[in-house]
Amino acid sequence: MVMEIVCPAGTPAALRAAVKAGAHTVYCGFNNETNARNFPGLNFDREEMIEGVAFAKAHGSKVLVAINTFPRAGAEHIWHEAVADAQAAGAHAVILADVGLLAYAAKNHPNLRLHLSVQAAAANADVINMYARDFGVKRVVLPRVLSVPEIAAINAETEVETEVFVFGGLCVMAEGRCSLSSYATGLSPNMNGVCSPASHVEYEDDGETLDARLGGYTIHRVGKDEGAPYPTLCKGCFKAGEATGHLFEDPVSLNAEQLIPQLEKAGVTALKIEGRQRSRSYVAQVVRNFRRAVDALDAGQPMPEGFLASLSEGQATTTGAYKKTWR
Amino acid sequence: MQLTVGPNQFFWAADRWAELYQELASAPVDRVVLGEQVCSKRLPFFQERIPEAIEVLQAAGKDVMLTSLALVTLKRERKQTDALAEMGVSVEVNDLTALANLPEGMAFTVGPLINVYNEGTLNWLAERGATRICLPPELPMESVEVLCKAAQDAGVEIEVWGHGRLPLAISGRCYHARMHKRAKDNCQFACEDDPDGLDVRTLEDQPFLAMNGVQTLSDTYACADEQIEALTSAGVTALRLSPQSKGFAEICGLYRQRLGGDLGRGALAEALRAMDSEMRLSNGFLTGKTGVEWAAE
Repeated sequence: MVMEIVCPAGTPAALRAAVKAGAHTVYCGFNNETNARNFPGLNFDREEMIEGVAFAKAHGSKVLVAINTFPRAGAEHIWHEAVADAQAAGAHAVILADVGLLAYAAKNHPNLRLHLSVQAAAANADVINMYARDFGVKRVVLPRVLSVPEIAAINAETEVETEVFVFGGLCVMAEGRCSLSSYATGLSPNMNGVCSPASHVEYEDDGETLDARLGGYTIHRVGKDEGAPYPTLCKGCFKAGEATGHLFEDPVSLNAEQLIPQLEKAGVTALKIEGRQRSRSYVAQVVRNFRRAVDALDAGQPMPEGFLASLSEGQATTTGAYKKTWR
Repeated sequence: MQLTVGPNQFFWAADRWAELYQELASAPVDRVVLGEQVCSKRLPFFQERIPEAIEVLQAAGKDVMLTSLALVTLKRERKQTDALAEMGVSVEVNDLTALANLPEGMAFTVGPLINVYNEGTLNWLAERGATRICLPPELPMESVEVLCKAAQDAGVEIEVWGHGRLPLAISGRCYHARMHKRAKDNCQFACEDDPDGLDVRTLEDQPFLAMNGVQTLSDTYACADEQIEALTSAGVTALRLSPQSKGFAEICGLYRQRLGGDLGRGALAEALRAMDSEMRLSNGFLTGKTGVEWAAE
């Protein structure tokens, strides 16, 4: 079976572009704190979600709704409503991370298909099978800390489908287990659906160098003619002992295009593209290229080579943890 | 309010590790969680000392628990996790894998690395047999209050991070190894040189984080001195103190004095700063805008 391309959509326009470009599946979220890309101007209101799902269905694509932050104590109804509204809109599945919310959905929406978000950081077959047994989870998005052989080992021991990230932003920490952002800025992926938020970024140009600060901490310093990368905490430049450098991760993004055949052999069902904050033209281009790749693979033809290099916007890319040398 | 000592987050030589628990046997704490939470490669170095440490602490009247790893991926780690239940003490779950491996119906406790952000999750864990939950350090006081109420209904004790460098992130990548240009599988235990983690500074030499193998911690030491009255009235029944290499038994004593009223609000923080001027304190996750802040009245 051809591998499924799961594509991001931050706006209704991006959803339509992704569907037209051949995305088998599109994932998106409501425009509030219930999803882990809670950025200003992004995401779907209720009406847009209904229309988006209808558009996708009419073109043979599926929509997944990410409700993957951790509900705030005393305000769980906001997340419960999101689950109900996603089902009412006709979503193929919801992507959840919180066990309380999974238990709620399994009990109150028994016919709704549940996917386990990468935010749950389920990194082995024992725990994945527990999610299947206790909540009926049908698919897990694997954390970006696993190598290809580890993914193969998981697939050998579970009936749950696996979905892996192949392109876009790269978390170097186990997702859903990181509070670096709230330590420095007060806002976190788990609670607020944002990481290293733009509202806390400042640039300072003294004519010679350009400093990028997050929450008052200087995270990058570049010469005046160099491009300053966005100050994402884990990809910042720091000092420790005698060393100065990107101690956690370089400012790179993930590109695992070369590994698609290996991921297929490892038993992976779906390939996920990161980037609900990206433009519709970017999304369409990435989808078109990945569709070409998985269709070629399915037809037994050679993979198109280096087909995504131009889309990484001049940024360095990595295959992340999929190749063990990363660790 | 009781005192719980969390697992040592760092890599210490086995003798030093065993010494900590000898000291804690006579320290004024109620409960001790021990074992390896951060990196499965460290465990063989002190594993055979664990039974004796448990014995010493139990003989001194302490409640003892054994922690799971924070991130379980490898076969070896799944086996280690599976074996926890056979040690004869209660298991503290810090990755849900440990819960998946526990025999049905066995009571357990939940550590600060499990995402318990709301009543639904708390109730689900209580139904599965959780008797005690240490909340994630990131949670603000408003959430602590709501969760304490839910915990009372569910018959679960609530604990809050009281002291020590905050565990902010866990990864598949070892930063100590990476800094020494080694692969994780050939790390040569670089983290052993830093018994409280390696200080990570910004480009302007501001202290910021601490590196501890696959874990990233705060530079600051969390300290709940300012919030103890509020936590008590919310219904929190224990504070968690996280071990550090210097003066830890003394620190336990200071917290005990603060809880017993021998030290007033503010005096505990003052005493900690007097012990070590490099021990920068924070309490912002509970009552501030950011985690790193120190807010005092």
